[in-house]
Amino acid sequence: MNLDQFKPLTVYTIYIASTPEKVWEALTSAEFSRKYFSGFAVEVEPKLGGTFNVRAPDGSEHISGEVFEYDPPRKLTVTWNVNWPDLVEKLGTTLVTYEIEPAGEAVRLTMSERHDRHLSDDILSGGRTGWPAILSGLKSLLETGKAPQIKMSPPMKMLEALKAMAIRTP
Amino acid sequence: MSKPSYVYVTYIETTPEALWQALTDCDFTERYWFGHRITSDWKQGAPYKLTNNGNPKVEGEVITFDPTQRLAYTWHNRKPEAAGEGTSRVTFDLEPHGKVVKLTVTHDELGEDGKALRDISGGWPMVLSNLKSMLETGHTIEIVPPSCAKDAA
Repeated sequence: MNLDQFKPLTVYTIYIASTPEKVWEALTSAEFSRKYFSGFAVEVEPKLGGTFNVRAPDGSEHISGEVFEYDPPRKLTVTWNVNWPDLVEKLGTTLVTYEIEPAGEAVRLTMSERHDRHLSDDILSGGRTGWPAILSGLKSLLETGKAPQIKMSPPMKMLEALKAMAIRTP
Repeated sequence: MSKPSYVYVTYIETTPEALWQALTDCDFTERYWFGHRITSDWKQGAPYKLTNNGNPKVEGEVITFDPTQRLAYTWHNRKPEAAGEGTSRVTFDLEPHGKVVKLTVTHDELGEDGKALRDISGGWPMVLSNLKSMLETGHTIEIVPPSCAKDAA
């Protein structure tokens, strides 16, 4: 995989009153992620080349990938491939990077979603809608001890755009 | 070519009324907006200003004042380093989502050279992260962005 071909098409930055270690744990543990990520369980094998999965509440593997950069508690890059038929084949691999930096009493968390080709705003709208909700929940969880339940509607623009590309969606 | 624009979305566990007050009351903005007080008569066409220790930082005019759903104003940066930047536009959209409010901040009509876009892309996440903390925990955070920390070292 040639990293130079991957460009950040969605970037989200959030400041959290916490420590880099706690933010890292919240990003990489199923126990935490279930609370802020609509019940989804993040499972990371803690090493370079390890497996990365996001399991839906019904236990199915929704996203699967591999650990591409592993530098706790500063940087994690994973391949983030949604397990819908033909999706990766048609859209290419998605790389997600979390960068965690101390910022005074806070931590700056920057999420970048990178792709190796141009994707339409409609295709990207799924992530652009989802990331702010997920990471707002993560911030609340670390600052208040609980994540609010954020009711999200299905990303219709993205689903329609995928359908138009003959990618089957659930 | 269309002018650059910037969008930031955050979800805050609060009410639209409390969030609206936090956006329009200078005692609130001073706390999460790093000392900036916002003042205006808050009606369409009225002037407003953001000041820090009495010094003007941003000025403009209220475009939309629709409590508790939409607030929009023009944005003329008064800082010396932003001279010649022109006037852009900031819109706050508030949408209740169950027990949380979705806040979408759109800063558009930015200068074509991209400088203002770079500056505000660094600023809004700090301001809006702090606004969320203030409304959810009652506390704001002392944020030192990493690039400044590096400059100080």
